[in-house]
Amino acid sequence: MNAAAKGIPDGLRVLGGWAINSVRRLGLASRFLWATLIQSGTSFRRFKLVTREMYFVGVYSLIIIIVSGLFVGFVLGLQGYNTLQKYASEQALGLLVALSLVRELGPVVTALLFAGRAGTALTAEIGLMKATEQLSAMEMMAVDPIARVVAPRFWAGVISMPILAAIFSIVGVFGGYFVGVVLIGVDEGAFWAQMQAGVDIFDDVLNGEIKSLVFGVTVTLIALFEGYDCYPTAEGVSSATTRTVVISSLAVLALDFVMTAFMVGGW
Amino acid sequence: MGSKALDLWAGVFVLAGIVALFMLAFKVGNLSSFSLSSNNYLLYANFENIGGLKVRAPIKSAGVVVGRVADIRFDNKDYVAKVTLSIDKSYQFPKDTFASILTSGLLGEQYIGLDAGGDSEYLQPGDNIKKTQSAIVLEKLIGQFLFSKAEGGKK
Repeated sequence: MNAAAKGIPDGLRVLGGWAINSVRRLGLASRFLWATLIQSGTSFRRFKLVTREMYFVGVYSLIIIIVSGLFVGFVLGLQGYNTLQKYASEQALGLLVALSLVRELGPVVTALLFAGRAGTALTAEIGLMKATEQLSAMEMMAVDPIARVVAPRFWAGVISMPILAAIFSIVGVFGGYFVGVVLIGVDEGAFWAQMQAGVDIFDDVLNGEIKSLVFGVTVTLIALFEGYDCYPTAEGVSSATTRTVVISSLAVLALDFVMTAFMVGGW
Repeated sequence: MGSKALDLWAGVFVLAGIVALFMLAFKVGNLSSFSLSSNNYLLYANFENIGGLKVRAPIKSAGVVVGRVADIRFDNKDYVAKVTLSIDKSYQFPKDTFASILTSGLLGEQYIGLDAGGDSEYLQPGDNIKKTQSAIVLEKLIGQFLFSKAEGGKK
């Protein structure tokens, strides 16, 4: 048998191995989510566990969220004005800024930043706990690590994400206001009036918050699962952290497309 | 950092989120105009063509927003558009009020304009506005213009 004929089954074997491994990890992640949900009782009975994690997941992410929101708002104000003035409709700047932030950029950019800022921290923390056998030690003491370590972090992430998205959106709107009204000189009344006339509380604000809630579940779950499932070595933790960012970013963008398609009503 | 300070900061964080949500709802969104709907009354109007009028479009009289379009239906008996107008209770209009569909600016959104008549009786909740004028459809207008030009050229 020559080398070329041998190469094809090898390629097939790699493909098959990749497929089986992906499905296996998907199944493990689903079981992990189920176990987390079942073991969530402790988190709510001792809610201090969750508030403590919300401090690390949410409050620490505030600075990056506020600064990014502000600059995204600045850029939207400038770019939007640049395009809108070609059609002599720069009064619609407020509407453009608010709609893009509330519907798309707020949830999506917050989720991406959240994956980079909080998701990696969660993966590294839990991965190191596993590598240093703290999780096994807990099991030895009859403390379920999922109930004590994973579930509080999961709920902290799920609660923090919509809050961060709302803060991002409102800061971005004021960023757009600053550039559009204060610096460029768009009429202030038209800026707010067009925004209020065009932004719907259910279609836009609520849907944006639903999106960010789904992203919160996705990103936090991926981060925790990668940490919990990593090889308990320094290399394993580092590659798990990388996977957290890559997989959760892709998942957020893909889910965003699916949810937008449903919410806009294209299907 | 002590556990008290952690809780405090988490509380500040959640509060900031709630404030941001309220601002999104009231300052950015249109929740404030929803609060009107409890003390509104309904009027109906039939239009031959509503153009691009949408539900929740403003209803203006003398340029002031007095209500919003609550519902738009197609009446299959008379083949007209049946528009439900939700008007603020503090405004009353005479029986011979004229409702027309207007456009704000050249490319702006469409709204319903109410021109008050001289009748001494007022429209009651649930009444029909009899005098209406349809939206101006640009294509029809251009068609008419071209048609009249062609007519003129023959003479």
